[in-house]
Amino acid sequence: MKIKHVNVVVIGSGAGGGVVAKELAEAGLDVVLLERGRWVTPDQERKDDLRNQRTTVLGPSCGPDEDKEPRVFVDPEGREQIVWPADGAYNNNAACVGGGTVSYGAMAWRYMAQDFQMKSLYGVPAGSTLDDWPITYADLEPFYEKAENEIGVSGDVTPDPFKAPRRHPLPMPPLPDSRETQILKPAAQRLGWHPFYIPMLRNTVPYNGRPGCMRCRWCCGFVCECDAKNGTQNTVIRTALASGHCELRTHCIVAGITLDTKGRAKAVEYFDAQNHRQTQTADLVVVSGGAIESARLLLNSPSALFPQGLGNRFDWVGRNLQGHAYSGAFGLFDHDVYDDLGPGAEIAICDFNHGNPGLVGGMLLANEFCRLPYQVANMAPLGIPRWGKAHKDYMRTWFRRSIVIMGPSQEMPVFSSRVQVDPKVKDYWGIPVARLSGVDHPHNIELCKFASDKAELWLKEAGAIQVTRRQKTQSWLSAGQHQAGTCRMGNDPKTSVVDKHCKLHDVDNLFVVDASVHANNGGFNPVLTIMAVAYYASDYIKRAWPGGGLR
Amino acid sequence: MYVDRRVAPPILSVSGFMDPSLPAKPMTRRFFLRVSSATLLAAPLFQPLPALAGTWRFFDETEAATIVALCERIVPADEDPGATWAGVVQFIDRKLTGYYHRYQQLYRLGLQGVHQSSLALFGKAFVDLSGVQQDDLLRKLESNQAPGNIWKQVSATEFFDRLVDHTIQGFYGGPRHGGNRDAVSWRMLGLPTAPVRSRRPLTAPWSTTPNPPTIKL
Repeated sequence: MKIKHVNVVVIGSGAGGGVVAKELAEAGLDVVLLERGRWVTPDQERKDDLRNQRTTVLGPSCGPDEDKEPRVFVDPEGREQIVWPADGAYNNNAACVGGGTVSYGAMAWRYMAQDFQMKSLYGVPAGSTLDDWPITYADLEPFYEKAENEIGVSGDVTPDPFKAPRRHPLPMPPLPDSRETQILKPAAQRLGWHPFYIPMLRNTVPYNGRPGCMRCRWCCGFVCECDAKNGTQNTVIRTALASGHCELRTHCIVAGITLDTKGRAKAVEYFDAQNHRQTQTADLVVVSGGAIESARLLLNSPSALFPQGLGNRFDWVGRNLQGHAYSGAFGLFDHDVYDDLGPGAEIAICDFNHGNPGLVGGMLLANEFCRLPYQVANMAPLGIPRWGKAHKDYMRTWFRRSIVIMGPSQEMPVFSSRVQVDPKVKDYWGIPVARLSGVDHPHNIELCKFASDKAELWLKEAGAIQVTRRQKTQSWLSAGQHQAGTCRMGNDPKTSVVDKHCKLHDVDNLFVVDASVHANNGGFNPVLTIMAVAYYASDYIKRAWPGGGLR
Repeated sequence: MYVDRRVAPPILSVSGFMDPSLPAKPMTRRFFLRVSSATLLAAPLFQPLPALAGTWRFFDETEAATIVALCERIVPADEDPGATWAGVVQFIDRKLTGYYHRYQQLYRLGLQGVHQSSLALFGKAFVDLSGVQQDDLLRKLESNQAPGNIWKQVSATEFFDRLVDHTIQGFYGGPRHGGNRDAVSWRMLGLPTAPVRSRRPLTAPWSTTPNPPTIKL
């Protein structure tokens, strides 16, 4: 049976796709939202220390399917291996309705104005493809605000003097201080820094018809049991479905995008929940699969016009894969600092995001999300054995007396760090899988060392009696949950994949809306920027649509 | 409140029910059910774990004894219970026939290897060694210096690393997977158990947002 033609197909229902689906459905366009995963609910995926998106020892709770979707990972020595979603080298994010926003820690950072102009500010470090975004913070500001209000952000950033200008405060206040905040905030102030409450996509008070946070320790990596964590699955996707113009199809694996003879996107080929091959024709296609899967899909859609993959005339699709290397320090105190109050991460500084002598960019520093006993068991400082009574003593000594400060270091994109499609390995449906290779820029190690220095300073000022640095020491492929950069946004079609409205340079009716378009991923968790860019691109699509610019 | 299953519960007496000296009561269905289910279920539910030997899914008895001894050195009992009491071996056994079935061969060979090394080093089975000797052997596994032919087929370090990781998982992970009995490690660390409220449907009952209509375009 032929499927009815629709206006828009959105591929992927995460931070980017969920927002686009809602914006376009509300504008009256018929939207089909394809998602490879399922609805994940807290009654299916419980508070489980071993099965979640963070530790994944018994598998990821929010997808993807563990025996159907492998990837190929090439390590720095060039050895290939087939990896599965629970492996670190898979660089998994998630695969479910809402994507990573179901299980994320939910930090909702606006990038700083400087993050959009890295090349102008710092030049290009050797071996990097660092560039400016074609848009500025000012272009995105209204859309940041829209994301904060529609999806719901709590926190208080007013004490942060480094933030980019904003017109309105966040819609929800921060949570009451945890014990870690009570210790770390005055310590940072004594150091002359400017601590403030992390903006989070989490209800602290009832908002949008859902309750505030219950403050359990199963937060980052877990499905929120009381639905206080705001993802696209419980906000914009609901609105989209309620509009009557959006159909969500779960368990749909997209194989490729086909073009018509004029070189415009015509249809999306996918396998439905029964593994039947389907063709969905549409006027407009939006790819929102995340930096790895979006690039894979474009590369898996070659045609006569684009033999190397859609939009890949200049070999930029899949390039500049980046994420965030986390570094910081782990401090032991002589008193109990643990209060078992989630989410854990609460207080941050942005004093070191820019203007660090001799360094390009920087990072925010914040206290870490609640650590589970299994995680702390694997964090033993050097010199403490991994087993035996000494390890048990370590757990009893450190668990309630330690604070971790970490930050995501801003990465310099590298051209050779990339996503390709593997020539041999195919997934369950016969689609070539993503092949990840390359290493991150050596500058990241310097940045990470700097982050550890500052975290150590902060912990010592706060009274830590022993500090262990948690620091990146070797170059490695960086992607993970913060994966970005593979379909760069730019003005020059020769050095980027999409234009400043997220439209493929070469195809009029194909958009990429997710972190793939980030020219630089900032020193922040990227999700709010993905959402803001999605609102921004949707705004352009809605404005261009009736005038015939897209048809 | 935790149920401490180390203490055997009082045996429910049903003698009163049969005692002719008591005034005869009509046996209601509810009463019958309560008594019969108590008699039937009390015994298996409250038996201490060691009595479950013979119910292993993956290990045979010898293997089970060895792995109990190994895990107990990795997380030894001291003022707090150790791996054995926490059911770590039950966790590993369960997972080896499930999510960890890919490690079956590693465990089979690894346990044979431990036996070989133990005989070569001390002339005794691992379970018969002293604690100091057992730790000595574990350190040899950790540094890949344990003697035995088996270690040519399988890496001692890899077996040791997996075993330590799985033991830590079983001891510190959530009790729902068979280890961390009665949340014993969380109690040791002073942590409350998961405040699970209930099994919720997709739309939380307190939510004012109704489930959106499912439409087909």
